[in-house]
Amino acid sequence: MAELSKLTIADARDGMRKGDFTSAEITRDCLAEIEGAGTLNAFVHNTPEIALAQAEAADARINEGDAPSMCGVPLGIKDLFATKGVDTQAASDILKGFKPEYESTITQQLWDAGSVMLGKLNMDQFAMGSSNETSCYGDVVNPWKIDDRNLTPGGSSGGSASAVAADLCLAATGTDTGGSIRQPAAFVGITGLKPTYGRCSRRGVVAFASSLDQAGPMTKSVRDAAIMLEAMSGHDPKDSTSSELAVPNFEAALTGDIRGKKIGIPAEYRLDGMPQEIEDLWSQGIAMMKDAGAEIVDISLPHTKYALPAYYVVAPAEASSNLARYDGVRFGHRAKLAQGDGITEMYEKTRAEGFGPEVQRRVMIGTYVLSAGFYDAYYNRARKVRTLIKKDFEDVFATGVDAILTPATPSAAFGLGEMADADPVQMYLNDVFTVTVNLAGLPGIAVPAGLDKQGLPLGLQLIGRPWEEADLLNHAYALEQAAGFVAKPEKWW
Amino acid sequence: MSIDTKTAGRVAKLARIAVPEAELPKLADELNGILAFMEQLNEVDVDGVEPMTSVTPQRLKRREDVVTDGSQQEAVLANAPDAREGFFAVPKVVE
Repeated sequence: MAELSKLTIADARDGMRKGDFTSAEITRDCLAEIEGAGTLNAFVHNTPEIALAQAEAADARINEGDAPSMCGVPLGIKDLFATKGVDTQAASDILKGFKPEYESTITQQLWDAGSVMLGKLNMDQFAMGSSNETSCYGDVVNPWKIDDRNLTPGGSSGGSASAVAADLCLAATGTDTGGSIRQPAAFVGITGLKPTYGRCSRRGVVAFASSLDQAGPMTKSVRDAAIMLEAMSGHDPKDSTSSELAVPNFEAALTGDIRGKKIGIPAEYRLDGMPQEIEDLWSQGIAMMKDAGAEIVDISLPHTKYALPAYYVVAPAEASSNLARYDGVRFGHRAKLAQGDGITEMYEKTRAEGFGPEVQRRVMIGTYVLSAGFYDAYYNRARKVRTLIKKDFEDVFATGVDAILTPATPSAAFGLGEMADADPVQMYLNDVFTVTVNLAGLPGIAVPAGLDKQGLPLGLQLIGRPWEEADLLNHAYALEQAAGFVAKPEKWW
Repeated sequence: MSIDTKTAGRVAKLARIAVPEAELPKLADELNGILAFMEQLNEVDVDGVEPMTSVTPQRLKRREDVVTDGSQQEAVLANAPDAREGFFAVPKVVE
């Protein structure tokens, strides 16, 4: 039974219902794969006892009939999700040893649907990073490899990306504040969906930038993303920004028929110095959508250029406020104090020891842009630019555009450590195609679409209208079918 | 606008993060690099534009002002680095 961890959610569901295999068998196979994949450093807290107990319960439920689609499906959970009694530390030393007394709404919904928790997944510390090199657990390694170089799986959901691509689990949860689901999905050749802001509850997801954060599925196919999104979605009275809109059956929307749909191609996403391969992939994607019967229209999103700088004001500002709670009093790390140290020294030493360098940097940037005298110049201006960025999209959708097609990332996966000497802004450019979507609160999906000449996966992004994930997923399904991406990393780990 | 080491020290203080004196020049450099990137926002005409407060048009919901949860002292204190006699313990705050 060495192949069960490779299953998609859809095939696992159908096979379990037919009695071809059990959840316990898939779960044991995944646990064995995780055991053998230590070098990838994707799973950081394994929960085999919980997994086997949940799998047994899922099998009983499936035998009784009428089990939901996610029943018995073994998942990896990003370390950002609070899981009751299981280490949850957002890949930061400041939450070392933290075992939540409560469960995040999303994971609770997944367990209620019968899913199985294999363990917690590595990530960039507090979801701040684009290469999974800011984690207190160490770097995550991409299962795709060239020569002897270890590559980044992207970030911040790098552990989720690596684990799904390496078939350690069937799917994983991710979170996306500026591209943290879509960029890593593209770097490892899997599907990653960021839903509309408010589609999934943020309750129990460690906060980074509350007006931008949104969780979503990272899966082996578009169909799986549809199935898993449905289980993750829905109103939560404990998250006042979660939507009360009904959750549709996303899988039922997957017809692959996009004839007559209008696909927008934004001129501003054609960057100077963009690698030819990204340009070519985008052109191929446009051709695929056209062949599928869609109408291609040139569009303009004039404020695109200002999305990243606006993001790097808004996100750190919110982070500096959210992360104020890590003070060494109620949970997590507290620094050892010297004779005579007071409460201020306790805060300062605790936060200096507990937060990694990138987190410290962003908290301080956020503190600066919110401080007296600079609030208007930076924070308010960025929020105004954000209004304009959202309006760009509204204007385009008002002309009848159904979805927007762009590259997912400006490059393929790069080597771990290669950006170590670059200034922080260079790393931020990874999110250039994804960050607009967070600022506008829209749904976006990365779909693997091809390999570059080195043999590394590249992804395309589709952006949809707010709350129309069903339609977006159908566009992605059509793209997936046309691209026919089936490549897998060769197992070396 | 540019950040000197004194301002960097003040920001670190406001953020309650201990930064050794010797590292302040490097911190100031990094912050300046990021701020320079943000300066691009000054090119945008934002006259008459409302700053975004909520990305979705929905109004925040209100609820009855009643107690809905509580009596979980043990759970609340379970992860505290130092809890004594049912309270969080901290260094002396007032003289």
